Amino acid sequence: MLKEAEIRTFIEGTTRYFEVSAQQSASVGSPYLVTDGNPGAYDYTGIIGISGARKGIVYFSAPRGMLAVLLMRMNETDTSDENIKDLVGEVANTISGNARKDFGRTFIISVPTVVSHDVEKVTAPYSKSYVIPINWRKHSAKLVVCLE
Amino acid sequence: MAERNGSQAPLKLMIVDDSNIIRRRIERSQQIARLEVVGAASNGREAVELFRRTQPDVVTMDLTMPEMDGIECVQELVALNSKVLILVVSALADKATAVEAIAKGANGFLCKPFTDRQLNDALHELLLEA
Repeated sequence: MLKEAEIRTFIEGTTRYFEVSAQQSASVGSPYLVTDGNPGAYDYTGIIGISGARKGIVYFSAPRGMLAVLLMRMNETDTSDENIKDLVGEVANTISGNARKDFGRTFIISVPTVVSHDVEKVTAPYSKSYVIPINWRKHSAKLVVCLE
Repeated sequence: MAERNGSQAPLKLMIVDDSNIIRRRIERSQQIARLEVVGAASNGREAVELFRRTQPDVVTMDLTMPEMDGIECVQELVALNSKVLILVVSALADKATAVEAIAKGANGFLCKPFTDRQLNDALHELLLEA
């Protein structure tokens, strides 16, 4: 289970990502707990495996439209599928890596795995996950934290 | 740097990151006239090979990468050329990782996400080290 302060770490990492990379704030909704092992996903999902002192996954999932606009806000004109997948993995990597500021270096993150167009393949390793809803411009996305 | 390359001589920059978006972003955003990008690599192993071929003066280095991670790559590059200037650009925000990267031979640390200004400030600071 995550402590409230730990959830706040991921919320701060998410808001920082949009403020700095897109230079446009995202609003983060109230985190909620999913207990059926199926926190859900959008078209594109970047998954980071967590090992070391904590075990599990962190993933960022978003629709293509949101990711394409995010790329353009970063002055990237190439919105090909390859770059969309690259971006969703990079967002997950950045938010997870930033969490080490509070979790410390024993919070070991993997390189991202990206799942696209196949939401059934996005599964949580444990029954309980925290979902942090993200709203940016007119798009919705989510950060899912599932730690042992 | 002036002593090493002549006054205001161009400096060769190599970009290392497993994200194509970040590689392109660093190339596009860096505004230092002296820096000329000579290549980009997507993991540490590729970076070592490219380093041998292009002999860059300055390297931006991600840490979390497949094949060979950034810390190991920093060590290999410094072993090949102890004068290379390495700016680590990573999402790993804990102080211990930054300290380790510097101890292994990196010269600066920039945490992702970053603005264009933060990138250029970090590169300017790096070049002052020479």
